[in-house]
Amino acid sequence: MPAGIEPASPRHPLGADYDTSWARRYPARVARAAILESVMRPTMAVIASPARRGLDRLDDVDGPVVFVANHHSHADTPLLLTSIPEPWRHRIVVGAAADYFFSNRVAGAVSALAIGAVPIERTKVGRKSADMARDLIDDGWSMLLYPEGGRSPDGWGQEFRGGAAYLAIRCNVPVVPIHLQGTGRILRKGRTLPRPSRTTVTFGDPLTAGHDENARSFAARLQAAVAALGDEATSDWYQARLRAHAGTSPGLTGPDVGAWRRAWALGDRDRRSRRRRRRWPAL
Amino acid sequence: MTGHLAPRPGFVLDVDRNSPPIVFHHGEGFRLEKLPPGRSRVIYPAEPLEGLPDPDSAIREALLNPIGESDPLPALLRPGMKLTIAFDDISLPLPPMRRPDIRQRVIEAVLDLAAEAGVDDVHLIAALAIHRRMTEDELRHAVGDRVYDAFAPDGRLYNHDAEDPDGMVVLGETPHGEDVQFSRRAAESDLVVYVNINLVAMDGGHKSTATGLSGYTGLRHHHNVHTMRNSRSFMDQENSALHASNWRMGKIIRDAGVKIFQIETTVNNDTFGREGPLALLQKREWEWSARDRMQFLGMKAGLDVMPTKVKRKVFSSWQAPYALTSVQAGEVEAVHEVTTENVYRQHLVPVEGQTDILTMGMPYICPYNVNSIMNPILVMCLGLGYFFNLYRGRPLVREGGVLIMSHPTPWEFNPVHHPSYIDFFEQVLADTTDPVEIEKKYEKQFAEDEWYIHLYRNSYAYHGVHPFYMWYWGSHALQHLGRVIIVGGDPAAVRRMGFQVASTLQDALEMASDVVGPQPTITHMKNPPILMADVT
Repeated sequence: MPAGIEPASPRHPLGADYDTSWARRYPARVARAAILESVMRPTMAVIASPARRGLDRLDDVDGPVVFVANHHSHADTPLLLTSIPEPWRHRIVVGAAADYFFSNRVAGAVSALAIGAVPIERTKVGRKSADMARDLIDDGWSMLLYPEGGRSPDGWGQEFRGGAAYLAIRCNVPVVPIHLQGTGRILRKGRTLPRPSRTTVTFGDPLTAGHDENARSFAARLQAAVAALGDEATSDWYQARLRAHAGTSPGLTGPDVGAWRRAWALGDRDRRSRRRRRRWPAL
Repeated sequence: MTGHLAPRPGFVLDVDRNSPPIVFHHGEGFRLEKLPPGRSRVIYPAEPLEGLPDPDSAIREALLNPIGESDPLPALLRPGMKLTIAFDDISLPLPPMRRPDIRQRVIEAVLDLAAEAGVDDVHLIAALAIHRRMTEDELRHAVGDRVYDAFAPDGRLYNHDAEDPDGMVVLGETPHGEDVQFSRRAAESDLVVYVNINLVAMDGGHKSTATGLSGYTGLRHHHNVHTMRNSRSFMDQENSALHASNWRMGKIIRDAGVKIFQIETTVNNDTFGREGPLALLQKREWEWSARDRMQFLGMKAGLDVMPTKVKRKVFSSWQAPYALTSVQAGEVEAVHEVTTENVYRQHLVPVEGQTDILTMGMPYICPYNVNSIMNPILVMCLGLGYFFNLYRGRPLVREGGVLIMSHPTPWEFNPVHHPSYIDFFEQVLADTTDPVEIEKKYEKQFAEDEWYIHLYRNSYAYHGVHPFYMWYWGSHALQHLGRVIIVGGDPAAVRRMGFQVASTLQDALEMASDVVGPQPTITHMKNPPILMADVT
């Protein structure tokens, strides 16, 4: 195309430009609530057998919040949408990768309708995504974000990016860290068919950014909080607190060693959750 | 209820011809009673005080800024120490509160500081003295799932066992010759943190540990007829022999080297909620809307036809939306002084002069029948013990006056929770209702009965001696009153206790006039929500 000529804007914009406002109107919200209760909840009950912990930590929270969670699987979002309590459950949007979930019209429409997805740029810093997210929170919507930017490639977590922290600071809302345990075994990256497994969803105490905190340092604190919740899910609360205060909580991202040793260490970490439930009492 | 205005204090209503009928609690039901105009009055409790806006911050603030001669909690914690956290049992608060329970909030805050200090040896004990053990569900409700899952599986969270020969120790004797018996684990700890919920003025202070972590050897020195008759009332610390005895024991515990960091909390009067099916029980009758009246009539009609077991289940499921009104921590006596002020701030209602007849509607719950049955002994204990003693200055009813209670008082006991109550009711009360004689003749036998001890330690039974204490609890009232009448009670059960039964309040007032004369003055104590009469 010759220089100086602006390309015509596409008739149906995709990616970060996809307009999801229709999915937050009343008919779409009713449809989403129906999908959530009649499809997602029974499905999650069957394939994820979720144990939900720490919901009492949300008792004193009012208004919109940003939920952040580690990300292992496509099962994470339905599991979280069926775990997040009222009043947030039916007034929440999910930050979804614009380049993946909104790459075509059908995928975009299904994502927006079924999970309330909104497109978030993850490959570049985009003002549009940030402005839209801010407007939604200002309008009373809560947001579910995966600060790792995508599903785990190997079962370990990835470093948190600063987007969620930036948004919380900009909108002055609390962030609720959530740790998901076990969803990677259901539908990890690369798999197409789900495999039932037990899962644990652990909600943490809401966090707000300190006066001297920027997005980077707040994101690091959020990552540490999710890691501590992971420790709580695999050991117990007090041991997790002891390690958190001592700065020895097992990290989300795993040891900095070769791939096979990371996989090996992951097995150690999951040992407790894989323990079979005793069907009969010890006699 | 006026959510946007300051809560109104309690007050005394003089009943006239225009006064509406008054709601009386009646076990798992209600009665609407018209009181004689011109000579009756109704004492209403204060509306719920506003709760603290951020309970968790207030708790942390209290732990870091203790009252009295105590260092902040973090300064008392160190690696390698032995830490014991004791907490109030199922008898507090009443009804049980909605999650998260205050104990959970406080214990998590304490444990977070302990974790920060690297304390590994931590035990948590439900300080239930000789009450029944708490079930797993009840413990989970009190301390929360996180704490329960971290400490209970390996036996570091458990119920106090006052009959464990290896688990109890006598720390010494007070100048009055009272043995001070104490939990060995607590006595051998470097620090005991006590987590209290101060529902009424009697709770807390040295009583938390001197009673809660004690056993029969220690309790018999103040849970007796002499002490109760000399506690006027046991809700008024300045005039309570029960209080004085616990304070003497507290000093022995302190002198024995046990370091106690006391955390006391108070809750507001939001027993039935500002909204919901029971909210109208917190409203004053003349302020009921048409909807409230319809709702009450519907509820009453439903309860009247509902089987008792179903009613119990419905009421037992109610959890109060109590809000935390204060939290203070540090040295026991200094802390308790502030706590008591906060309890009085919610409960005290000024009342002028005594009355000939005191009426009370007895609710479905008392400290000893949570998730259980309110048996006749507990009806007596709640009315003549707790409610009668909710006064400061003078009793609400004059000496020789009449107490009229409203309760179905069924001849029914929970055999798991109250096995010794059954025998007390069948054997002891059949012989005599005189507390002094009961104490002298039967107490030791029940207290040392091996089967009751076995059930207390291994099942969920109150200790064998517990029904005696319930009877002693009412001994001041028994001595003071001319007659006790129970409206709507089971005749056989009521007569077994030495009281009279009436079908209606009007009948009861007629019967009372035999004792106090014609045209007596009547005072109705509208409780719960809890009030304490400041009688001048």
